[in-house]
Amino acid sequence: MPIQADDPRIVEFDVRTDEMLVNMGPQHPSTHGVLRLVLRTDGEIVSEVEPHIGYLHRSAEKIGENLSPRQWIPYTDRMDYLAAMNMNLGWSLVVEKLLAYDLPEKARHLRVIICELGRIASHLVGMGAYGLDLGTFSPFLYAFREREKILDLFEEACGARLTYSYLTPGGATADLPNGWLWRCESFLRELEPVIDEYHALLTTNAIFVKRTAAIGVMSAETAIDYGCSGPVLRGSGVDYDLRRDGEPRYTGMYDGYAFEVIVQKEGRYPSDHKYPPVPREAVLGDCWHRFYVRMLEVVQSIDLVRQAIDRYGKCKGDWGTPIKLTQKLPKGEAYLETEAPRGQMGFFLVSDGNAIPWRVRARSSCFCNLSVTGELCRGCLIADVPAIVGSLDIVMGEIDR
Amino acid sequence: MSGTGLVDQLKAKFGDRILGAKLDAIDPWIDVAPESIADVAAFLKTAPGLEFHYLNCITAVDYFEPDPKKAAKTPWRPHIEVVYHLSSVTRKHSLVLKVSLPRWRGDVEGELPVLPTVSGVWRTADWHEREVYDLSGVRFEGHPDLRRILCPEDWAGHPLRKDYVMPLEYHGMRGR
Repeated sequence: MPIQADDPRIVEFDVRTDEMLVNMGPQHPSTHGVLRLVLRTDGEIVSEVEPHIGYLHRSAEKIGENLSPRQWIPYTDRMDYLAAMNMNLGWSLVVEKLLAYDLPEKARHLRVIICELGRIASHLVGMGAYGLDLGTFSPFLYAFREREKILDLFEEACGARLTYSYLTPGGATADLPNGWLWRCESFLRELEPVIDEYHALLTTNAIFVKRTAAIGVMSAETAIDYGCSGPVLRGSGVDYDLRRDGEPRYTGMYDGYAFEVIVQKEGRYPSDHKYPPVPREAVLGDCWHRFYVRMLEVVQSIDLVRQAIDRYGKCKGDWGTPIKLTQKLPKGEAYLETEAPRGQMGFFLVSDGNAIPWRVRARSSCFCNLSVTGELCRGCLIADVPAIVGSLDIVMGEIDR
Repeated sequence: MSGTGLVDQLKAKFGDRILGAKLDAIDPWIDVAPESIADVAAFLKTAPGLEFHYLNCITAVDYFEPDPKKAAKTPWRPHIEVVYHLSSVTRKHSLVLKVSLPRWRGDVEGELPVLPTVSGVWRTADWHEREVYDLSGVRFEGHPDLRRILCPEDWAGHPLRKDYVMPLEYHGMRGR
């Protein structure tokens, strides 16, 4: 948003200032990892932002050319380490697509439970860290309190708390333990009332609204042009969610589930009327809307997990058998995108007929989401830069791979 | 729209610059001549009924076998393939475009192959092309700011090429 000379926020606008280059990061607390931003500023106003990335580059794609698909699963964990389950899913699905492998019914519902819990955990961190970016500490603690319980559930299912390697081509490495579904349900019962607290802490907080409403406004056209996805795209009012619009192999997972895409249509959000109304200052596509879409998605994921638990409980039989560690891949190539919490995560697999892929490629959602920063920050205040970057909810592990 | 319909439409518009198509693959693709990729891209984005407004991904795949014994058995000649994954938010369909390039321009080792940029069509391509340039060594002509993006600026070589040799040392840091 361009700043006008008579903008009331600019108090000292008659003071002569020089253009200055300010370096933010790579070890800046509000850059979400090792991101370096070079700002060209004139006083408090930013005229240009140039992100420098690659500090966390671990050549995952090159490593993938030397490992079999199942061996590469742990590397997908380390991409978006806040939603590792969803990364596992993306890679598993693309391998299954190449193998034309059909999943048993039970594994399908298990994956919905796990991935939607992963989405809740990831959005909770996104919310808490966004509060940190804007200078409030308590929402972060509240968010981590709840996330911890999800990690406990994950630990029980697969033994790990951050890098799970649980979902794998062919299904999952183990079935859910006894009593897990019951504990999951009781967690969801605890989580639901807490969300009202989050809304009181952030969504409707006057300072929060002042810092985020009408800041970093992105039009739907810009969002699509830059390849933004996930809550960043839907926050701009684009009705697109791969869980509904993706490939049959992915949308098939959600077959028969009742859910609505969280996006503002005709001035209102679809469900959850008891949640706070959109403040008058907020403009579609600003930081507030991106944040709000995430908050509503948490509620929706709770509902999806409940539906999945119901279906999973009724399923009999196998939760799927992981493919062999050195399973030969058919010759060909497959590309598939899934709706990870941060956007569309795509994997591309090229095989020459061996057990080890010829080429693997990870299309990172945050990579595209971050590329729009320069556009959004043009003409904003320095203090708004963390607000804008935070609202994109990036994870550097996924960008640099 | 069916795959054959789209190929016919493109062939009518671009003639022999559409080199072929493989419609029975898992993800059907269309082969495009390197010099006209930007024109085809602009057409796919704007043509009514197609509306490929969304560029998902650009990937470069290096087809090269360093081992001469294995190389004799490979069905392909060494080349680099650049793959474009497109989709449409409004029409909800997707498409794959492929461009085949020589590994080195004019077969002179060290001269990167050149391809017109599509960053004027989709701005997603800006960073994606930088990444392809950085990791796979394809030069995009007309790109506004073609620099390395993931590797440091003084890095030598393009790591995702099959003949890439891992450096033993970088600024005093041991490689292995």
